[in-house]
Amino acid sequence: MALKVPRHDMPCQDPLQRAHNFDEVTLGYAEETAIEEAQRCLQCKNPTCRVGCPVEVLIPDFIKKVAEGDFLAAAAVLKVKNSLPAVCGRVCPQESQCESQCVLGKKGEPVAIGRLERFVADYEIKFGESRFEKPESSGKRVAIIGGGPAGLACAGDLAKAGHGVTVFEALHVAGGVLMYGIPQFRLPKEVVQTEINNLKKMGVEILTNQVVGKVTSVDELMDNGYDAVFIGTGAGLPYFMGIPGENLLGVYSANEFLTRTNLMKGYKFPEYATPVKVGKKVAVLGAGNVAMDAARTSLRLGAEDVYIVYRRSRDEMPARKEELEHAEEEGIQFRLLTNPVQLNGDERSWVKSMTCLRYELGEPDASGRRSPVAVKGSEFDMEVDTVVVAIGQGPNPLVTTSTPGLELNKRGNIVADPETLATSKPGVFAGGDIVTGAATVILAMGAGKKAAAAMDVYLKSR
Amino acid sequence: MYRIVKRKQLAPAIVLLEVEAPAVAAKVEPGQFVIVHMDEHSERIPLTVMDFDRERGTITIVIQDVGYSSCMINLMQEGTAFQDFVGPLGTASEIENLGTVVCIGGGLGIAPVHPIARALKAAGNHVISVLGSRSADLLILEEEMRAVSDEVVIATNDGSLGVQGFVTDGLAHILAQGTKVNAIWAIGPMIMMKAVVEYTRPLGIKTIVSLNPIMVDGTGMCGACRVSVGNETKFACVDGPEFDGHLVDFDLAMQRLNYYKDEENRAKAHGMCGIEGGHH
Repeated sequence: MALKVPRHDMPCQDPLQRAHNFDEVTLGYAEETAIEEAQRCLQCKNPTCRVGCPVEVLIPDFIKKVAEGDFLAAAAVLKVKNSLPAVCGRVCPQESQCESQCVLGKKGEPVAIGRLERFVADYEIKFGESRFEKPESSGKRVAIIGGGPAGLACAGDLAKAGHGVTVFEALHVAGGVLMYGIPQFRLPKEVVQTEINNLKKMGVEILTNQVVGKVTSVDELMDNGYDAVFIGTGAGLPYFMGIPGENLLGVYSANEFLTRTNLMKGYKFPEYATPVKVGKKVAVLGAGNVAMDAARTSLRLGAEDVYIVYRRSRDEMPARKEELEHAEEEGIQFRLLTNPVQLNGDERSWVKSMTCLRYELGEPDASGRRSPVAVKGSEFDMEVDTVVVAIGQGPNPLVTTSTPGLELNKRGNIVADPETLATSKPGVFAGGDIVTGAATVILAMGAGKKAAAAMDVYLKSR
Repeated sequence: MYRIVKRKQLAPAIVLLEVEAPAVAAKVEPGQFVIVHMDEHSERIPLTVMDFDRERGTITIVIQDVGYSSCMINLMQEGTAFQDFVGPLGTASEIENLGTVVCIGGGLGIAPVHPIARALKAAGNHVISVLGSRSADLLILEEEMRAVSDEVVIATNDGSLGVQGFVTDGLAHILAQGTKVNAIWAIGPMIMMKAVVEYTRPLGIKTIVSLNPIMVDGTGMCGACRVSVGNETKFACVDGPEFDGHLVDFDLAMQRLNYYKDEENRAKAHGMCGIEGGHH
């Protein structure tokens, strides 16, 4: 019986309408839909979905409560393992994690775990009364550097364990990529701040405007009474292509473009004073989630033609399937097997075109993907007036270079024990993109939680 | 919040603000900068540091009304506060005893030159400062600069004070006396810094400039501030703000500063600084 019920779609704003506003694209389940979707869950004795979750959310348990219509109880179960469920329900790649392991998915479609998670978290934000019983204080203090997904997840778990937690955030609001990177239409900033406020209610102290490496250092924090430090400074250094013309006017890093729009609310200019400028023809270089975010943001800021320019083919695009589909529905145009070799400017140094090469797929490379090979003599010019470079980010060196004794790898990422996330420096742990290189929100949160568990052991042993 | 404990009008459209920011004041060194953010609706603006007092826990900045956001900050009064005040950012000046150094400040650029000149003098250098402005009434911080310099040469475009002409004429005046100059710091408008480095290039005098491009985060995250130095892309916020002036592509840097000119005008039309800000 339950098997016959198809997976429930989540209502969305109409693509043509949403391409011109910054309101959230997906609208969330209604209560009845959530219950019906939850009833599809087989409540497996050995739930494989949990194995697919980097933070091991008690998936069948919370879904059971949803099926029973007890949404607040569901939220309580959800929060045992995940302190930011409203965020994860929106931005996790469930299709390659929990939902990819769902038994129902073998013959049909998996339970919509992500949509249920979002429903429950939103329901709690709306109707729940967040109550926290403060645990007994351990008397230990922890400094967390970076208020992004890794740091916040780590902070939540350490606070639950009774440790005093202070988050040092470089920007003027905490949230990291959740605030500056992921657009409002995919993750409303109000949702992020609600989750962060919940952490504050748990006793987590958040200090903004603290650029560690400049105003203080890891060593200084340890000297000033912090018993342990977690470094979760992320991947904040934008890569450029290294081709001529990248400093022309109209060429942005995705970080800048998205920070102006999201963190500084440039889409509300001039009510908010930070401008963000987009032309008529925008090329976004890259094909990950950040590239999709930049492309869809360009459209909403008024661009007429927005191109994703990528040197491989559709199958190799790293973005989530849902993001690709949403982008396509909204009218983003894909220019695949294409890559610029030079950006050309006008007499005032504004970008006006890109000289590109066409590519074809050759033998598989080290990553197992077929590697793109440039087609000789295939140069052509593509007219553009804005270029957003979204080809990845490296580790920001401000903290790592100011911390003697911290072992780094060749790329500048921190070397951490895979199990405990302990670094080469006693009492200092690290996790998230600063260790792995640019990855996902949920992997960073998983690392933050893993580190918190190890730090708890470390702190109690002292 | 970061309270303004002192506000002083230095010249028409130029204001000095002393701001409570003890953590920043404890660490800042000459050559570094801060980012200020008035309130949630404001831009984040990079500003160089004119002075700091570690005991009082304050940072002094000088700001000229040149656009919407700087005009809004100029309107701030004593007792009001910035929502955010971030620093110290960027790398500090490399201060050592080089012998005789010339510190050139043009217009608002005199402010960031001040702590550098003071540190150079304290390190044992013979410090000659060249202060430039359009006219005598627009010259700022003359007294403060005299206190940290061994000699001061003033150049005004209209000749109302000191040498008539530009800071390069002031520099020429020093060199004409046969003074051997070991290094120069030059801070001011891009066009002035460009003129100084073009002047010193054939003379082979090391010339350090401090760039103030458009920034957002100031920590190396956004790349808005990228500049071409010796044909390499650098981020002024973390690699600078000081660079070897002879390697900087000033033409590109100047063009990049104009990126948001249209939006600047729209912002002015929108806010109160558009109605009464008459200094543009």
